[in-house]
Amino acid sequence: MNKEIKEGKIISISGPVVLAELPGVRMRDLVMIGETELIGEVIEFRKEKVVIQVFEETLGLKPGEKVFSTNNPLSVELGPGMVGKTFDGIQRPLQVFQEHGAFISPLKGIKALSREKEWEFNPEVKVGDAVQENSILGNVKESELITTRILVPPGISGKIKKIKSKGKYTIEEPVAEIETDSGITSVKMYQVWPIRQPRHFIKRVFSNDQLITGTRVLDFLFPIKRGGVAAIPGGFVAGKTMLQHSLAKWIAADIIIYVGCGERGNEMTQVLEEFPQLIDPRSGRPLIERTILIANTSNMPVTARESSIYTGITIAEYFRDMGYDVAIMADSTSRWAEALREISGRLEEIPAEEGFPSYLASRLAEFYERAGLMEVHPGRLGSITAIGAVSPQGGDFSEPVTQNTKRFIRAFWALDKNLAGARHFPAISWLESYSEYIDEVKDWWHVNYRKDWLSYRMKAVEIFQKDQKLQQIVKLVGPDALPDDERLILLIADLLKVAFLQQNAFDDIDMYCTPEKQIKMFELIMKFFDESEKSLQDGVPFHQIQGMEILSSLKRMKIEYRNDQLPELDTLGDKMVKDFQNIKEFGL
Amino acid sequence: MEINTFGKKIYTGIDGISGPILVVKGVKDVCYGERVKVITPDGVRRTAQVLAVNEEQAVIQVFQGTFGLDKGNTKIIFETKPIELGVTTKMLGRTLNALGDPIDGGPPPVAEKYLNIYGNPINPCSREYPRDFIQTGISVIDGMNTVVRGQKLPIFSGAGLPHNMLTSQIIRQARLLDDKEKFIIIFAAMGIKNDEASYFQRSFEETGVLNNVVFFLNLANDPPIERLIVPHSALTLAEYLAFEKDMHVLVILTDMTNYCEALREVSGAREEIPSRKGYPGYLYSNLAMIYERTGRIKGINGSITQIPILTMPNDDITHPIPDLTGYITEGQIVLSRELNSLGIYPPVTVLPSLSRLMKDGIGEGRTREDHPHLSSQLYGSYAYVSNARSLASVIGEEELSELDKDYIKFGEGFEKEFINQDFNENRDIEQTLNMGWKILRNLPDSELTRVTTKEIEKYRYSE
Repeated sequence: MNKEIKEGKIISISGPVVLAELPGVRMRDLVMIGETELIGEVIEFRKEKVVIQVFEETLGLKPGEKVFSTNNPLSVELGPGMVGKTFDGIQRPLQVFQEHGAFISPLKGIKALSREKEWEFNPEVKVGDAVQENSILGNVKESELITTRILVPPGISGKIKKIKSKGKYTIEEPVAEIETDSGITSVKMYQVWPIRQPRHFIKRVFSNDQLITGTRVLDFLFPIKRGGVAAIPGGFVAGKTMLQHSLAKWIAADIIIYVGCGERGNEMTQVLEEFPQLIDPRSGRPLIERTILIANTSNMPVTARESSIYTGITIAEYFRDMGYDVAIMADSTSRWAEALREISGRLEEIPAEEGFPSYLASRLAEFYERAGLMEVHPGRLGSITAIGAVSPQGGDFSEPVTQNTKRFIRAFWALDKNLAGARHFPAISWLESYSEYIDEVKDWWHVNYRKDWLSYRMKAVEIFQKDQKLQQIVKLVGPDALPDDERLILLIADLLKVAFLQQNAFDDIDMYCTPEKQIKMFELIMKFFDESEKSLQDGVPFHQIQGMEILSSLKRMKIEYRNDQLPELDTLGDKMVKDFQNIKEFGL
Repeated sequence: MEINTFGKKIYTGIDGISGPILVVKGVKDVCYGERVKVITPDGVRRTAQVLAVNEEQAVIQVFQGTFGLDKGNTKIIFETKPIELGVTTKMLGRTLNALGDPIDGGPPPVAEKYLNIYGNPINPCSREYPRDFIQTGISVIDGMNTVVRGQKLPIFSGAGLPHNMLTSQIIRQARLLDDKEKFIIIFAAMGIKNDEASYFQRSFEETGVLNNVVFFLNLANDPPIERLIVPHSALTLAEYLAFEKDMHVLVILTDMTNYCEALREVSGAREEIPSRKGYPGYLYSNLAMIYERTGRIKGINGSITQIPILTMPNDDITHPIPDLTGYITEGQIVLSRELNSLGIYPPVTVLPSLSRLMKDGIGEGRTREDHPHLSSQLYGSYAYVSNARSLASVIGEEELSELDKDYIKFGEGFEKEFINQDFNENRDIEQTLNMGWKILRNLPDSELTRVTTKEIEKYRYSE
């Protein structure tokens, strides 16, 4: 391999796109531009010249300034020191930048992972052990929640020749030597991996495990699997970011990678302020201890916004390789697609639909297909669940990003502006959303929670469909003109919406709902439905049912009963039965 | 090429003109984004900027337009520095053009510092999350779409709607709850009518805030391209005053639609590939560079709050300008033609309006404990009113159920008493919240599911 540094010069500059003469570089090589060594990437060859996208502000660059190649593709550093930290779209550590001022300006030579910090390394292999790629050499405990496992880098296998004993080392010190067929390779605690290339795994694995999010409408109606892919499309008041934050807080994954891609600065600040204080309900530790943030806000360079998605998913793959369940949230993939469009426009490529480049769909597929449940090492499974927010222009789902995303995801959580307008949150439309995982996760529900979950869930769907039809009639003639059994459907649909689907993300009790409580709440509502039907048959007038006090108790059960107060909910159910007996007997 | 006495390179003659864009060939050592002086054959100086450069030629946009330039005698001077704004606290009380030169007849203020007008992004880790409630004295804003210090909250309006009145009322009344400090106001006008400009100047004079206002003025009959630097200059000064001089700055940008039109004009002249409705593909990033220069920084007392105003073309909220704006800003206040024609001022339509930072700026210790639940209740109930109204329009109001009639009454009260208020009426937050409870009396207790029973007892019938 030719490792000599190749140098060239700038020919022209237009926004974040630079044309340069740089013979001998390869496609997607990382290059340094100008006196300040701005970071860029080769994205096109044009006759004798190369086109470079620059990840930093290009104001002040001149034609003729030097450009040199690093001979490596754009990569991230993977090792201890990422958990709880914030990086930008090309993995520059924002907390370190903070020490140099509140505003981000180009700084030379800052590495993603600290070279000074010493980590307590615990070896897990001994001399003579046979290892292959992704074998665990040892570990570093980064936080109470996350232990970073030191892996054998991809492409290396052999016998351990040396392994460092337990102790403190920096990431630059080799911790192991492996005797391979082609000689001895020393391994450090970190590896470098190109972001656009998926990391290796052995095979994809099928499972029917549901990934619990703690949000009722998702878990119960539109579930996602461990290793699944979902999209959240919604216009700008629909509450996408709120839902993404909620998911990042409560989803049952080991590690959360939150990619703020072209979004608001204050939203990232909110995560940074909130997550250290919020407590993970399963481990009792602050949520920040399992979170990595990639923050490339809307006013940061657009090219780094494009790469932020890949940076995020590469870090996710690294933790997957250790055997963790990782969830990656990308907010928003539309901003990322717009970055593609912006760069494509600068390259004067022929646009496809709405100005987006014709390769939009294949790029989306490349991202979402990196999710999944995989066997990463013989006997070790890890998963990546990917959830992308989509911000369709004007809230219109027919636009290219939403439509192309739909081709590659399997759970579609459509946000409805009208619901958001009525402050029904999360504003997930029960008519437009879907999940292809329902049939796969049904066994999981049946074994763990309720034998007839699938048909039980269908009940809710039927009620909503009937409700929608009846609403059309109500619009014309008013509800009083309907027969009692149809008015009951309207009442139950309303009860389901208010008591079950609506969930208050700011309420201490309601913010996270266990599957046990979800089932219990749904059972109570169905019980009310059954009892009402019986009462109607027994001749109880509908207005008496409508006026029952128990209705407001049902509407408040989500905020009045904690996840561990399920027996009290049973008591509520007993009271309901009594109340129905009372109205039958005494007409109360 | 010749070299002038300051060592700057002067080129004579240009090789192409298209709209506001010049092409100059045979240039050397030109930086991308560099500031350029263009001297017309009549000797008038104009400011320009390098948009693209290669080894043979530079593409330059002229902010005051290319009118009157010729190929042979126009002089181009490259100034080897980016476009900078000289900033000083002495700019308060002055009226300036896009580049910070006074146009009020007074002497130019002496700059304390020169800053690149495009600035650098604030590190998200260095930001402080905004939480301080700003009382505007306007019920529909304070009660339903609360503004906090460090927020960017645009007003989506339409031609002929009273957004200027609303803005000047906000400027006059805005204050923090328990302290009397006033805002410093930076008013950046882009392509507004002469009448509007004098309306604002008069209203600043009348309310005595004039000495706390910096007026960046680009009128409708000024060169459109100059509009492209107005917001950047205004925000550069805002950052200086807020983060170096510890001031609280309220930046009003009006009208963002004119800014975007100018951007489209330059993009067209450069023959760039257009995306939606002919606007350039980088419209989102470009707007973000304006709107994101808002907020608070850890350890610094000052703050920047932005109220951009835009008129939605054809009242269409899905038009690219309001659409992309809404994705960047922290909510929006939407004005409605329907309410306006009913004589309701301010005609803020509640359902599509939103303040994203509201939840953290209200409640106990900030406004009042019942505020979060009350506003949610008012939202929910008012959302139902439109159902009742559309039903009434079909079957007639007489045929409605008692409950729906109550809702109709509530809706009227909400619009005519809560939203509607006088241009000179300054309601404090207590008044606003009490009025909300008063209007809820139109509905039975059983309908108030978003407030707690305790709150109903405490506030529903108190005066």
